[in-house]
Amino acid sequence: MSEHTGVEIVTRPHVENFIRWSADKPEIVVLSADLTNSCEVGKWRDTYPERFFSMGMAEQNMLGFAAGLAREGFEPWLHTFAVFLYRRPLDQLQMSIAYPNLKVRLVGFLPGITTPGGVTHQAIDDIAVMRSIPNMTILETGDATEVESVLDVAHAIDGPVYIRMLRGEVPRLFPEPMQFNTARVLSVAGDSIADPADLVVLTSGIETEEALRAIPALTDAGASITHLHISTLKPFTDPTVLTALRSARSGVITMENHLITGGLGSAVAEVMAENGIGTPLHRIGLKDTYAHGASQAYLLREYDLDAMSLVRSAGKALGRTFAIDAVDLAPVRVAATHSSAKVEAL
Amino acid sequence: MATGIRRRVLAHVLANNGGYLSQACSSAELLAALYASVLKLAPTEGPLHPPTFEAVPGPDAPRVSGGVFHGEVGPDLDRLIISPAHYALVVYAALIESGRLDEAALDQFNKDGSTVEMIGAEHSPGFETTTGSLAQALSTAGGIALGRRLKNETGRTFVFMSDGEFQEGQTWEAIQALVFYRLDTVRVVVDVNRAQCDGPMDSVMTIEPLATKLKAFGASVDSVDGHDIAALTASLERQTGKPHFVLAYTDPARGVPLTQRSQARPALPALHRPRGTSRIPEVL
Repeated sequence: MSEHTGVEIVTRPHVENFIRWSADKPEIVVLSADLTNSCEVGKWRDTYPERFFSMGMAEQNMLGFAAGLAREGFEPWLHTFAVFLYRRPLDQLQMSIAYPNLKVRLVGFLPGITTPGGVTHQAIDDIAVMRSIPNMTILETGDATEVESVLDVAHAIDGPVYIRMLRGEVPRLFPEPMQFNTARVLSVAGDSIADPADLVVLTSGIETEEALRAIPALTDAGASITHLHISTLKPFTDPTVLTALRSARSGVITMENHLITGGLGSAVAEVMAENGIGTPLHRIGLKDTYAHGASQAYLLREYDLDAMSLVRSAGKALGRTFAIDAVDLAPVRVAATHSSAKVEAL
Repeated sequence: MATGIRRRVLAHVLANNGGYLSQACSSAELLAALYASVLKLAPTEGPLHPPTFEAVPGPDAPRVSGGVFHGEVGPDLDRLIISPAHYALVVYAALIESGRLDEAALDQFNKDGSTVEMIGAEHSPGFETTTGSLAQALSTAGGIALGRRLKNETGRTFVFMSDGEFQEGQTWEAIQALVFYRLDTVRVVVDVNRAQCDGPMDSVMTIEPLATKLKAFGASVDSVDGHDIAALTASLERQTGKPHFVLAYTDPARGVPLTQRSQARPALPALHRPRGTSRIPEVL
């Protein structure tokens, strides 16, 4: 347990878990594009060298090889930075993998502003792009338990899956494994998800940890809040989400480590519009902007993605000003961004 | 067989006032060499009828493969992956000449609800992959060959390519990976007709010296007369221990002389769906 927060911090949860998980699944192969250790599969490569394939810095071809392997009955798990799975090789992703609905798993690291690598490394539009691809399933991890359990969720899907993956030091927030297309109900305003709430907050990925820092203070200040954590972004048909959205009295707030266009906020807007839910929607996320190279904590503050941004949005939604300062929030978890723990940060 | 391929494509183009004719002129011998002598394929139960189009692949719609026209797959049998899907009409003609496709299939060509599409996709006869976006098939074929090696299969994976695809960067990414993994079961035959949509390749973006480039990448290369079936067959069968490329230099007006004479630019016919006129071309 961290003395900072009381939250357990797990270092590199993917490394050993993926090795254990793959042991009895000979159909699993891994393809990497020169970012093997950066994507925490260096030990996997050394454990299963006969089913690890280095493809070099050539993502278009890597996606094609993955398609061919999938057609022969293998299940390729591609490990590279998220931006290199959908920006550079988008036509290959669409035509070679998504159209034929092949069982290829695209494990995308460095979602959103989780990297100091700057604009070239920050996948801020990946969900928007992936949501527009037929046959694609989109999963996002928000803690160490989800980094571990996303493997089973993806493995069970008969088609391509894109995973927003976390690496390095990851908090363990949830005791239960990720379930496909099932929101986690983290708090409810009344006795059940259907009971009226001042605010319904939906968060995904690292934004859930930010929300968990702010919501106790908001609740103490008298706001009733129902909070859902979303890990399946496509499909987005969980009836729990609709029930929760219908319960919102004053506002719905979404928080995502992504542009507010095309991601969680847009998906929620679509569900609300299609179901005639007229509650105002406040979307926290990057607003029509690229980001730049800096620490995650700095970028969360700079782009209004942090816990305090939820406090401000809640105040706006409820027409009041909360007397909550940053010091009133649950402490920030300080990740050792530039220490030896992140030597492969780029 | 090559003459039969040309005749069927010409008749179809005349009857439909246009179509991909020059592809038949250039590649008839390539496909004849593959289907008639090189490829080890299981037989089909006579000429098969093309299925009607049912659905795109998805959660409730399994993939439909045009590979069924190549017979059942087997560990020691060959595969043929067609890369330039714009050659579909020629592939259909070759399958008919091979006794694998009902000759009435061409009546369904480019008709609504048909799998006999103008630019073939993986449900179209003879196609395993969807490669109308050019230069993606070689990578997929590399993955297929790698998967077959992992399963200890001995059959070869042939890829039919067009020369324009060597302008795409992905092709060279694929070649470096084929060489890196020593995938010598991959045999690529390239229709080097030196023509592309905008005109002669040398006026659009030259790819030569292609053989030199391929050898520098570590592949084995033969340059042959693409209308010499014996030379094509010998090269396609040659064991080299490397990914093997057969550069078949061809004439995109071969066998239909009027296409050659009728163009403003000498020696090369329009590549992209020449339209018919009131004049009747000289017959083969």
